[in-house]
Amino acid sequence: MLSEQAVNEINREIDKYPPEHKQAALMATLSIAQRELGHLSTQVMDWIAAFLGVPPIRVREVATFYSMYDLHPVGQHKICVCSNISCMLRGSDEVIQHLEERLGVKIGDTTPSGGITLKEVECLGACAGAPMMQVGDAYHEHLTPERIDAILDELENSDA
Amino acid sequence: MPTIEIDGRKLEVEAGKMVIQAADEAGIYIPRFCYHPKLSVAANCRMCMVEIEKAPKPMPACATPITDGMKVYTSSPLAVEAQKGTMEFLLINHPLDCPVCDQGGECPLQDQAVGYGKDVSRFTENKRVVKDKDIGPLIATEMTRCIHCTRCVRFGQEIAGVMELGATGRGEHMEIGTYVGRTVDSELSGNMIDLCPVGALTNKPYRFTARSWELVAGSGVSPHDCVGTNLEMHSLRNVVKRVLPVENDAINECWLSDRDRFSYQSFNSADRLLVPKIHESGNWMETDWETALRYTVQGVRAVLSHHGAQQLGALVTPTATLEEFFLAQKLMRSLGCHNIDHRLRQSDFSDDDIAPLFPTLGSPIEHLEHAKAVLLVGANIRKDQPLLGLRVRKASLRGARVMAINSLDYSFHFDLAGKVIAPPEEIPYALARVVAAMGDSADAPGGLRAWASSEPTQSEREIAELLQQAGKDAHIVLGLSAIAHPQFSVLRGLAQALQTRTGARLGVLAEANSVGGWLAGCVPHRGPVGQDVGEGGLHALDMLREPRKAFLLMGLEPQLDCLESRVAADAVDAAEFVVRMTAFDIEDGVPGDVLLPVTPFSETSGTYVNCEGRAQSTTGVVPPQGEARPLWKVLRVIGNLLDQPDFEYVSSEEVRRELVWDADAYQPHDMPRMLSEPETPANGKGIDVERVLDVPLYKVDPYVRRAPALQATRDNPAPAAYMNSEQAGKLAVENGDRIHAHMGESSVELDLIIDERVPTDSVYIPSGYHETAPLGGVGMVRIVKVS
Repeated sequence: MLSEQAVNEINREIDKYPPEHKQAALMATLSIAQRELGHLSTQVMDWIAAFLGVPPIRVREVATFYSMYDLHPVGQHKICVCSNISCMLRGSDEVIQHLEERLGVKIGDTTPSGGITLKEVECLGACAGAPMMQVGDAYHEHLTPERIDAILDELENSDA
Repeated sequence: MPTIEIDGRKLEVEAGKMVIQAADEAGIYIPRFCYHPKLSVAANCRMCMVEIEKAPKPMPACATPITDGMKVYTSSPLAVEAQKGTMEFLLINHPLDCPVCDQGGECPLQDQAVGYGKDVSRFTENKRVVKDKDIGPLIATEMTRCIHCTRCVRFGQEIAGVMELGATGRGEHMEIGTYVGRTVDSELSGNMIDLCPVGALTNKPYRFTARSWELVAGSGVSPHDCVGTNLEMHSLRNVVKRVLPVENDAINECWLSDRDRFSYQSFNSADRLLVPKIHESGNWMETDWETALRYTVQGVRAVLSHHGAQQLGALVTPTATLEEFFLAQKLMRSLGCHNIDHRLRQSDFSDDDIAPLFPTLGSPIEHLEHAKAVLLVGANIRKDQPLLGLRVRKASLRGARVMAINSLDYSFHFDLAGKVIAPPEEIPYALARVVAAMGDSADAPGGLRAWASSEPTQSEREIAELLQQAGKDAHIVLGLSAIAHPQFSVLRGLAQALQTRTGARLGVLAEANSVGGWLAGCVPHRGPVGQDVGEGGLHALDMLREPRKAFLLMGLEPQLDCLESRVAADAVDAAEFVVRMTAFDIEDGVPGDVLLPVTPFSETSGTYVNCEGRAQSTTGVVPPQGEARPLWKVLRVIGNLLDQPDFEYVSSEEVRRELVWDADAYQPHDMPRMLSEPETPANGKGIDVERVLDVPLYKVDPYVRRAPALQATRDNPAPAAYMNSEQAGKLAVENGDRIHAHMGESSVELDLIIDERVPTDSVYIPSGYHETAPLGGVGMVRIVKVS
């Protein structure tokens, strides 16, 4: 299911914990699997459950709790908009509205070209820069419609 | 002990307890949803908020440990404000559908909303809606009602030992559900219905058939296993609608197995026999009791005068009551015949003379969870006695080492510290090697050497070691497969030897109310309470192997309830006169001459004796349906009509009073003088394989076989032949092939399923099915692919 390298990495994570607490490596394992496969399918979650010896539903609980895990295929770029309290008070609703209009997709969807996936996520710990969003691994703060346009232009140009 | 004060009452409380436990013990009410005394503390509903002196804000009583001098106020303005606030939040997303909710009227949320809710909601936004799920045939879901207390999730994880439900998503998107489209398959899943404090998980078969306040409750005891689970049967206009547990910490705690909970469906099944019937010129004619009884008595008299009393045979279902067993044996013995038995699934009776007064667990049920080592021999304790399985699981969680010597690698909800999985024929050898691995001893039973001729394997040595380490804290349990084993006497002798060596406890877990059967004298070699009856009579298997001319069959379906199903069907077929006292109309094709409608356990008074020797009497909860009558009454009247003395009982209590025994006197198993010699297998290893046989938990008796909800679960394996891939390779058959299974003269056509739990040199063909019944019982099977 996963490459040998990924399995080795998972085993390194497992080794960090006492043998009877293999399940402690669950979050790291999910991240490794997602990095390799792009998203977490039911099959890979079954595989992880068997590999770590935890009930499959437990894997699903963790995978659905954290917004950084994707249970469906995502586009080349992933935009995660925080909509928690600080961002919401500072206008995340407008940020989302602008993104949806500009990209022509709703939250949770991917642009038809498969380029960009739009996601609403829980607090990313950047309240001081609210409203904010994460593109790939980068944080973008103090968002305005103009800044968002600039960021999207750059993304689209980089693809071209 | 720390002293605390709750609402001004001084209490001494054991250190380490939570405030809510102290309050519960003192009878002080604190509202709650997620807290349950048998589950871990989650503290996620926040309903049990109380004020604690010196704490800056209200604290959850379920997660606040007591400290010396603590002052708790459960209904101060601060506490009540917190409780009311929580209630308001819980009701935000809860639908106002109480009028169409099965939980209505017995709903903690509804009750507490009356106490702590506002009369008008301030919430104007849209309520959350959760897509409904199908989690199986037993539990109905309405997940929009869920308040996320996670009791059901914790029950699965902590008690049942299989985490099937989980909470996915987070915050407002959190949902309770199973893993992508799976069902909840635990044999204890019904308890989640009781635990759910709202109407999210409700009883599926009972759904929308009654309101809780219309029901009349009556208490009962479950007859499906040897646990003696305490039940409450709820009826509406004399129809049993549902079954709930009655809390009894010594037996079932507050749990019920699904088998005990849903078997009631059979009481109302379409094939209930409600009028007596006589078989005349090829047809079943409905008749009245007088005619049917006269016909019965004439038939019995005819056999008595033409063939003598020894040509009678009586077989009684192990689910019968103590009183029924007693009257059945009294009737037979007063006719001068000892051919009576209830041990329908036993095949080796050779140590009957040294068997204890009755088969027992060897300790109170509660002790099982404190065992340091448990050895299961021929026992699927998780499915056969689900509530004893829970105790073993508890022991295991406390560090006990559980081991198994079985012919099928059962999946348990506890880890096994050692196991031997071998075909039935090998089991006595394996057990003997465990005995031998403990070293030579003068008190070993004679003949041990013959069984333990080869060196013990590594796992057998480990089992021996772990048992010796645990010493008197070890518990050896012989289960239903051990009792059905053709060398049961050897297994018991060897287990007895292990007990002598280690000081362990020894338990034999027989079927249903078999303990009652033994005590009442419903065995051929002993009268009530072990009375000497001299010669004795034929046991269940011999009665069928040397067919009697007349049979009295009480509550059983010979093809499905007898181990040697083929022999049983043939014997009954060939008999001149067969009386069947049954709650259900026959559909098994086994003929009879007269059908007498008797009542199921909901409609009769009687006593059940569990594996501890604890006798529990019940009264019926509803009157008999139609013309059906309790079996004890029918036997009494037949006794009268046959002019037998002392059949004047007017109540089952009167029968019960004739049986007195010392319940506390644990009678150990006698050491066998000599184990019977091993036989060289008749068919050699050749191309034949040995049949592994058990009765799946929803096939054990006529009641559960008629509970459609239980039949729809995934717990009954398909009636097929199961083999591991190695064996299938040897026989050149593949998964999904149609095969003929031959045993002696008989054969059936079945699907072949690859199942790695089955040891090599054997094939698992479950019993209790019409499809496998023609095959017979234990022995060698030849598998031939259908061409």
